Amino acid sequence: MMAGSTLEIKDLHVEIEGLEILKGVNLTIKGGEFHAIMGPNGTGKSTLASAIMGHPKYEVTQGQILLDGEDVLEMEVDERAQAGLFLAMQYPSEVSGVTTSDFLRTAINAHREEGDEIQLMPFIKEMDKTLDFLEIDKNMAQRYLNEGFSGGEKKRNEILQLMMLKPAIAILDEIDSGLDIDALKVVANGINEMRSDSFGCLMITHYQRLLEYITPDHVHVMMQGRVVKSGGPELAQRLEAEGYEWIKEELGIEDETVGNNA
Amino acid sequence: MAKKAPEIGEYKYGFHDRDISIFRTEKGLTENIVREISNMKNEPEWMLEYRLKSLEQFYKKPMPQWGGDLSELDFDEITYYVKPSERSERSWDEVPEEIKRTFDRLGIPEAEQKYLAGVSAQYESEVVYHNLKEDLEDLGIIFKDTDTALQENEDLFKEYFGKVVPAADNKFSALNSAVWSGGSFIYVPKGVKADTPLQAYFRINSENMGQFERTLIIVDEGASVHYVEGCTAPTYTTNSLHSAVVEIIVKKDAYCRYTTIQNWANNVYNLVTKRATVEANGTMEWIDGNIGSKLTMKYPSILLTGEGARGMTLSIAFAGKGQHQHAGAKMYHLAPRTSSTIISKSMSRGGGKVTYLGKVHFGRKAEGARSNIECDTLILDNLSTSDTIPYNEILNDNISLEHEAKVSKVSEEQLFYLMSRGLSEEEATEMIVMGFIEPFTKELPMEYAVEMNRLISFEMEGSIG
Repeated sequence: MMAGSTLEIKDLHVEIEGLEILKGVNLTIKGGEFHAIMGPNGTGKSTLASAIMGHPKYEVTQGQILLDGEDVLEMEVDERAQAGLFLAMQYPSEVSGVTTSDFLRTAINAHREEGDEIQLMPFIKEMDKTLDFLEIDKNMAQRYLNEGFSGGEKKRNEILQLMMLKPAIAILDEIDSGLDIDALKVVANGINEMRSDSFGCLMITHYQRLLEYITPDHVHVMMQGRVVKSGGPELAQRLEAEGYEWIKEELGIEDETVGNNA
Repeated sequence: MAKKAPEIGEYKYGFHDRDISIFRTEKGLTENIVREISNMKNEPEWMLEYRLKSLEQFYKKPMPQWGGDLSELDFDEITYYVKPSERSERSWDEVPEEIKRTFDRLGIPEAEQKYLAGVSAQYESEVVYHNLKEDLEDLGIIFKDTDTALQENEDLFKEYFGKVVPAADNKFSALNSAVWSGGSFIYVPKGVKADTPLQAYFRINSENMGQFERTLIIVDEGASVHYVEGCTAPTYTTNSLHSAVVEIIVKKDAYCRYTTIQNWANNVYNLVTKRATVEANGTMEWIDGNIGSKLTMKYPSILLTGEGARGMTLSIAFAGKGQHQHAGAKMYHLAPRTSSTIISKSMSRGGGKVTYLGKVHFGRKAEGARSNIECDTLILDNLSTSDTIPYNEILNDNISLEHEAKVSKVSEEQLFYLMSRGLSEEEATEMIVMGFIEPFTKELPMEYAVEMNRLISFEMEGSIG
C-alpha cells in the first residue's frame, strides 16, 4: 500500500485585498507526519490554512502548492477536498435546515463515484461509533449543521467530519481554541486516532497546550508571513517555557506580525 | 470526479398533449359566454343569476393598481371555459388515454397508490377523475368536484357558497364567481376526523385558457381534515390566467389544513383569493408553496372569529427570471385570545422578484390575542430583489405582536465550508436553499416533499456561473 500523500508548499505568497500576508512559505507534509505551526497572532498562520484549501478571498501571487505532484492551485475548493485535503475551520459556518447527519452523508458521497454511494445502515453505524468516540450526544447528528452549537460542539463536529471523511492531509486551524480541558482531550483523542502512514496533519495553534496531548513530529514557528524556525517537539516546549522573544532576538525581528513591516 | 454542471432547463412540465377538448367557449368574456357556461352545466337558476351579477361586478371593478404588473393581461385573449370530456370519470380505467398520459408524467398514479384517500384531479376546467375511497364515504365525508356538488348537494352548497369570499370582494373574485368551473367541494361532518389527506391535482392544458376553479371546504364542529393540492402547467408563448377562489369554513373546535404547491409555467398570471373563517377554538393552517408563474398575487387570509381560534400561514415563494411572486398572508383577530403565526420564506434568483405583503389586524374584541410573524428572504444573486411590506392594524391594547424579518444571501463562507467537504458549488448552493425552505418541506406529506425538492432543484439548475 502507498505510504500516504505528500503536500508541498513552495515559496507561497498570498495577498488579501491587496495586502501581502504570506511572504514565501516553504513546508512539506508527508503521510504519517504530524506538523505543528505555532506563532503569535497576526503572523499569517490562518491565512496559510485558508489559502491551501482555496478560500476565494485569498489570492496566491507566487509559489506552488502540490499534492502528490498535482497542482492544487489549479483546483476548485471541492476538487481539493476530493483530492484528499481537509480543513478543520476555526469558525465553521452554520447551515440552517440541513442536519449534521445529512450533510455528512452528502459529503462522504461527494468523495465517492456515482452509484457507489454509502448505504444508510453502514453510514449510521459508523457515525454512531464516531459520535461515541468523541463523546458527542447523538442528538447532534439531527441538529442543523453548527446552528446553535457551542464553541466546543463546533470543534468536535469538525473532528467528527475529519474522522468520517478520512482525508489524506488535514489542516486543523486552531482546533484547540475555546475548548476546556476535557473537550481538548476528546478532540486530541480523535486526532490521534487518525494517526497512520496514510494520514498527514498540519495543526495551527497559539498554545503548546494541544501539543501535550498530540505529539508533533515537527514544529514550525511563523513570523512576518514566513516559517522562521523549525524543529522537533522540544521546540514547542521551549516556546511554552520562554515565549517567542528569544526567537525574535535570535533573528533580529522587532515586530513579528505581517502588517506593519510590509 | 467533477460533476457536469446541469444545463439551463426548459420548464420541465412544458409538454402538452393533443387538444382533445369537446367544447370550448370563444375567447373573451361576454354575458352570453356566462349563460353558455351555466347552461352547459345544467345549473339551477340562482347560480346563473349569481354568475351574471358577478360579471357586472367584474366589469365595474378597476384593475388593482397595487401589487404586481398586470398591464399585459388581456381579458379578451382568454378562453373562459373548456370542457375536456363529457362527464366526470368515476374510475381510473375510464379516464381517456391522453389525459392519463399527462397524469402519468406527473406521477399521479404512484402517489395515489401510496397515499391518496380520494383523488379529484382537474384537467382543464372539469374534474375528470374523482375517486373517493369507501372509508371516507362511510364516515360521511363529501369530497367531489364543485360542479357535481352543486347538482347533488345543492342545499349545503347554497348555504356556504360565496359567503367567505363574496363575488364583489375584488376584481378577480368577481371574475371567478362569474365563470368558475371545477375545483373541490369538501364537507366533513361533526366530530369526523379524516386520517389521510384528501388530494387533488390541477393542471392547465389549453393555450390561453383561464382556469377558474372554485373550492369550498366546510369542516363541521370538532371535525378535522387535511386537503392537499398540487399544480403544474405546460409552457405556452402567450399569457395564461389562473384565478381561483378558495373558501373554507372551520367551525368550533374543528381543524383544517390546506396544503398547496403551485408550479406554474412562467407565462401564467396566478391571481388567487383564498380565505378561511375560524370559529371558537378551531384551527386553520395554510401551507402554501409558490414556484413559477409570470406573476403570482396571493395572500391566504384567515378570519379568527371565535374565542381561542388559531391560524397559521406557512409559505414559500421562489421567483426566477422574469417572475414576480407577490405573496403574503392576512390574519384578522376578531375575538379574544385568538392566535396566529405567519412564516414566509422567499427566494429570488436570475433577476426574479419576491414581495411579501402581509396584514395583521387586531379588532376591538381581540383581548389577549397574539401574533408571530417571521419573514425570511434568501437572495441568490445580485440581479434579484426582495421587498417586505407588513401592515398592522391594532384596535386593542392588550395584544402581543412579534415581527421578525431577515434578508440574507448565500454567503461566501458557507459555500467555502460546504465545498471544502467536497460538495460542488451547485450542490452546496442547493443544500443551503433546501435548508432554507426546510421549515416548509417538513410540513408536507412525504411524496410532496420529494416533489417540492425536485422542483426547487429544477429551478436551481444553471444558477451557477
